[in-house]
Amino acid sequence: MIEKRRTIPMPVRYLINTVLVLALFGLFAGLIQGGMIDGYSTTVLSLAGINIILAVSLNVATGYLGQLPLGHAGFMAVGAYTGGIFLKGVNASDLGGPLYALAILVALVLSGVVAAIFGVLIGVPALRLRGDYLAIITLGFGEIIRVIIQNIDDVLGFEFTGGISGLKRIPSFTNFYIVLACVVVSCLVIHMIMKSHHGRAILAIRENEIAAESSGINTTYYKVMAFSLSAFFAGVAGCLYAGHIGSLVPKDFGFMKSIEILVNVVLGGMGSMIGSILSASVLTILPEALRALEDYRMVAYSLALIVVMIFKPSGLMGQYDFSMSRILEKFLNRGGYKTAAKAKGGDKQ
Amino acid sequence: MSLISQIISQLVNGLQSGSIYALVALGYSMVYGIILLLNFAHGDIIMVGAYVVFYAMTSFSLHPLAAVLLAVIACTLLGTVIEKIAYTPLRSAPRLSLLITAIGVSFLLENGAQLVFGAGAKNVPTFIEGGIQVGGVYLGYVSVVTILVSVASMIVLTFLVQKTKLGKAMRAVSEDMGAAQLMGISLNRTISFTFAVGSALAGIGSVLYVSAYPQASPTMGSMLGLKAFVAAVLGGIGSIPGAMIGGFMIGLIEALVTAVGLSTWKDGVVFAVLIVVLLVKPTGILGRKMTEKV
Repeated sequence: MIEKRRTIPMPVRYLINTVLVLALFGLFAGLIQGGMIDGYSTTVLSLAGINIILAVSLNVATGYLGQLPLGHAGFMAVGAYTGGIFLKGVNASDLGGPLYALAILVALVLSGVVAAIFGVLIGVPALRLRGDYLAIITLGFGEIIRVIIQNIDDVLGFEFTGGISGLKRIPSFTNFYIVLACVVVSCLVIHMIMKSHHGRAILAIRENEIAAESSGINTTYYKVMAFSLSAFFAGVAGCLYAGHIGSLVPKDFGFMKSIEILVNVVLGGMGSMIGSILSASVLTILPEALRALEDYRMVAYSLALIVVMIFKPSGLMGQYDFSMSRILEKFLNRGGYKTAAKAKGGDKQ
Repeated sequence: MSLISQIISQLVNGLQSGSIYALVALGYSMVYGIILLLNFAHGDIIMVGAYVVFYAMTSFSLHPLAAVLLAVIACTLLGTVIEKIAYTPLRSAPRLSLLITAIGVSFLLENGAQLVFGAGAKNVPTFIEGGIQVGGVYLGYVSVVTILVSVASMIVLTFLVQKTKLGKAMRAVSEDMGAAQLMGISLNRTISFTFAVGSALAGIGSVLYVSAYPQASPTMGSMLGLKAFVAAVLGGIGSIPGAMIGGFMIGLIEALVTAVGLSTWKDGVVFAVLIVVLLVKPTGILGRKMTEKV
């Protein structure tokens, strides 16, 4: 008597996830309203959210596509400057009510789109190369973006990016709820794309590029797609960052920032979204909690990176991804599925 | 006359920084050639070398030559120790893990130096002073010494790689690790030796660097390393003459860009040249073309 494996139908899965997300919103709203989380902690949480988006977006290129781009901060810079310049241009802080909300929405989308365009522009030539050379060329592009932002004002002859002293007085629109919403939307979109046949194609390229190509997958197209998807959300995160900090300096978006994002992804586990989320939050919040040990922070970071690589090269979570529905399904199948599995095992013998 | 002398003096500047880049690039290239690792920590070895020179000359008031020797020895030791601790356990791990470990080591050295030596830059006393006037061109002794020392090191290195037994072992390991091992070549010894030679060159590079730009700071290695690394890739990573050509090219390009008055664009131009070269010739100027087998 083999019982069929009980599964949760898709609409119910969506319902479960919606309820979970709403509960998360409610939890944070309650904690903030109730004064359990003070203003300072809220800013730290916002920063953690921004880092989560950065890590999750880099994870698309690193974990799912299997490449190693070292210029993620460049895309973030593009998004941050796009958002900052746009919001300053429309004088967002003077707008009221719905117009203000619209301006922010447009800024976020625009930052993502411009960053994605840069992603395509850089991806098309860069993705012709493989492995280390791809890493180097993206590193080069990242540095070039930074140098251009730094010097473009002299060429244009008017103030555009603010040069080396930076872009100042950007309307600081970022609050915790906007960040949380963006985190949810980014994770959702990336998750849905990765579960679609486009996502499967990207994973196939990671597993074996030649095999994928001979199975009829247009590898160039999907590589550029994954790359620009990654750039898009880096741009959104950059825009949020601009609204969080209020002023941008080109040197914040150097090689080191790219590495910092990479550390988040690698420690969490390349190819694991929950890993990226966890490590980005922990690595943002922990140093704030341990202010006293500020000096040792970066040393600890790098040591952790080396130790994790030596003892668990796939990262802390490996490729494991969290799924509420899967856990619920396990509960549902506690009795029946086991017998089915046993029956199957019996067949083999 | 003044234009020509200006061009020549910029050329000398370019050759000077180019030879430093070339020395550092050689380290990158040799390590890549043997274990296919981009050793990100290489630039930071230079930084440690610079601090050794600084402390040897100020705190212990050693003779400059002793300081130089000490720096080279310290760099060599550091390079081999890093290889033993961080890279050897990962020899069979995926390449990506190895690369990320290298980034981690680089981070560790930079932040460790910041912790130990402080974040501020230290002024290293100059030990090569003066210069000569040749025609209308002023030649600093520093430039002359830098260029001569690097050319000499490159000649020694070429001899080492081409004519000695260890050099032969190095070439064999980079050709085919498994086959080399079957021929009785000790992998560990050869790889350690490669790291030692590369780091010694970085040590020489660091001494030449501080004699030209007399400052030591925790992050000095990162940009220098990055540029040297670009030089190695430009020339064809894994190729020794390629690294030399790449180094001199980067130095001359930088001097040229500075001479035209666009010094703020210097870094951007260097990377742009790299990208163009890689797109035209994906393995660099002298790199071997890799064919992929299914």
